[in-house]
Amino acid sequence: MILYDYVLSASCYKVRLMAALLGKALTLHAVNFHPGREHKSAEMLALNPQGTLPVLTDGDTVLTDSADILRHLTVDQPEWHTEEDERWLAFASDLNNSLGLARLHDVIGYEAVIDTARAAGVMALRKLEAHLTEQRFDGLIFLTGKAPTIADIACFPNTALAPDGGVSLDPYPSIRLWMRAIRSLPGFIEMPGIHRLHELAHPA
Amino acid sequence: MNAAIDNHWYPVAMISGIDAPRETLLLGKKITLGCEEGTCWVKDASGNALPTVERFGHLWTSPGQPNRDLFTIPEADSPGRRLVDVGSVKVKCSPLRAVENFLDIAHFPFVHTDILGAEPHTEVDRYDVKIREEVDEVWATKVKFFQPQAAKSAEGGITTEYMYRVPAPTCSVLYKTCPPRPGEWDVITLFVQPLTDEWCEVWPWMALYDDDSTMSEMVSFQQLIFMQDRSILENQLPRKLPLDPGMEVPTQADMTSVAYRRWLKKIGYTYGAQLVAA
Ligand SMILES: N[C@@H](CCC(=O)N[C@@H](CS)C(=O)NCC(=O)O)C(=O)O
Ligand SMILES: [Fe+2]
Repeated sequence: MILYDYVLSASCYKVRLMAALLGKALTLHAVNFHPGREHKSAEMLALNPQGTLPVLTDGDTVLTDSADILRHLTVDQPEWHTEEDERWLAFASDLNNSLGLARLHDVIGYEAVIDTARAAGVMALRKLEAHLTEQRFDGLIFLTGKAPTIADIACFPNTALAPDGGVSLDPYPSIRLWMRAIRSLPGFIEMPGIHRLHELAHPA
Repeated sequence: MNAAIDNHWYPVAMISGIDAPRETLLLGKKITLGCEEGTCWVKDASGNALPTVERFGHLWTSPGQPNRDLFTIPEADSPGRRLVDVGSVKVKCSPLRAVENFLDIAHFPFVHTDILGAEPHTEVDRYDVKIREEVDEVWATKVKFFQPQAAKSAEGGITTEYMYRVPAPTCSVLYKTCPPRPGEWDVITLFVQPLTDEWCEVWPWMALYDDDSTMSEMVSFQQLIFMQDRSILENQLPRKLPLDPGMEVPTQADMTSVAYRRWLKKIGYTYGAQLVAA
């Protein structure tokens, strides 16, 4: 499997993280998204006419949407799925269009109405916080249950990277606990702006 | 007008990225820039042409009258190097903080874990730092550090030797041992455009010996490293760089930062700096 990847892309990180948690190997093909705009090159447009990343190829299969790629990676692993996932995958694209856009604006100068993007991001975070708080009352730490599913992996990156786009996570304790739970998963990998948990290797 | 601040060269764009005229900020003031028929121009808010230099793949300008040419990097001209336009990253921090962070090797194991540094190799040995009066630049030499993956082209951990150079108040050049070519130095620069005194656009640029990595891989590697610094830079306090000694206690590793601050103070460069204890 080849992932056409951009190191700072939250959507590409969803795929890298999912594969790492599953222990599946990906061949990374670096795409110069910024400043090269290589995702709009003839070669990339031939693969994905929408000119977006990530793109995953697996033999003859070409997938151009991170949600489809997460489904594909976990197709033989029912434990990564629940019936509730679909609405959270849709919610993950709302996060990408608000917090993700604010981040690309602040970091690499993407065109955006920044106040609108941030306000939509805050609305989404409040929804997420409310849901995760309810889950906690029911003793559940992840979005759709006791165990993580593709819903969590899809929603985690743009949420965790919100501060890059000028949106603070301080007001959301349940979100912070949820992010901690994801960062504790065996096989977790980081990306710039998302740190691994510091191991308490030598407790006093 | 403050000559000590205005009479320097500043990076304002990556030349290959200028497709249409555009606006940006320099030292808090609006400027416009563009390139037509192979020549780039910059104008201030009143439409006056500002001086320009095209070098290192970037467009440079000055709101004042620079009393010397933009610095050069002779090593970068040697044949066989690949010149890498990394693009820019915007950061809400003082331009001087961005340079200071670049000069600080001690953060590698904590911020660039398992790439540019790793625990338990956190010690920085003694090295030489001085202000080279004849060129009016800050130089740190003989900086040695253990690195798990010093460059895209490095296989496994090595002890890397660095030299750091500050040739202009908002620019730094680092030279580091080059994994595929012992005896040569890779050149990695950080050109900082001060948008305001607490907001900058950072243009890293590199001249590397690397025959294996694709251009995209080299760009990704550097963006990965720089983005690991960004959130730290945005959360640093005090937000402006204190130029007076005593406010932050320096360790051996910080000697370059101490020299940098001393030099800024000597040349009267106060944009993005904090002069009195807050
Ligand atoms: N539908 C996509 C959206 C991902 C996305 O926003 N990708 C960005 C990079 S982070 C992109 O390729 N943008 C290019 C564009 O919109 O032209 C997915 O989740 O897979
Ligand atoms: Fe760093």
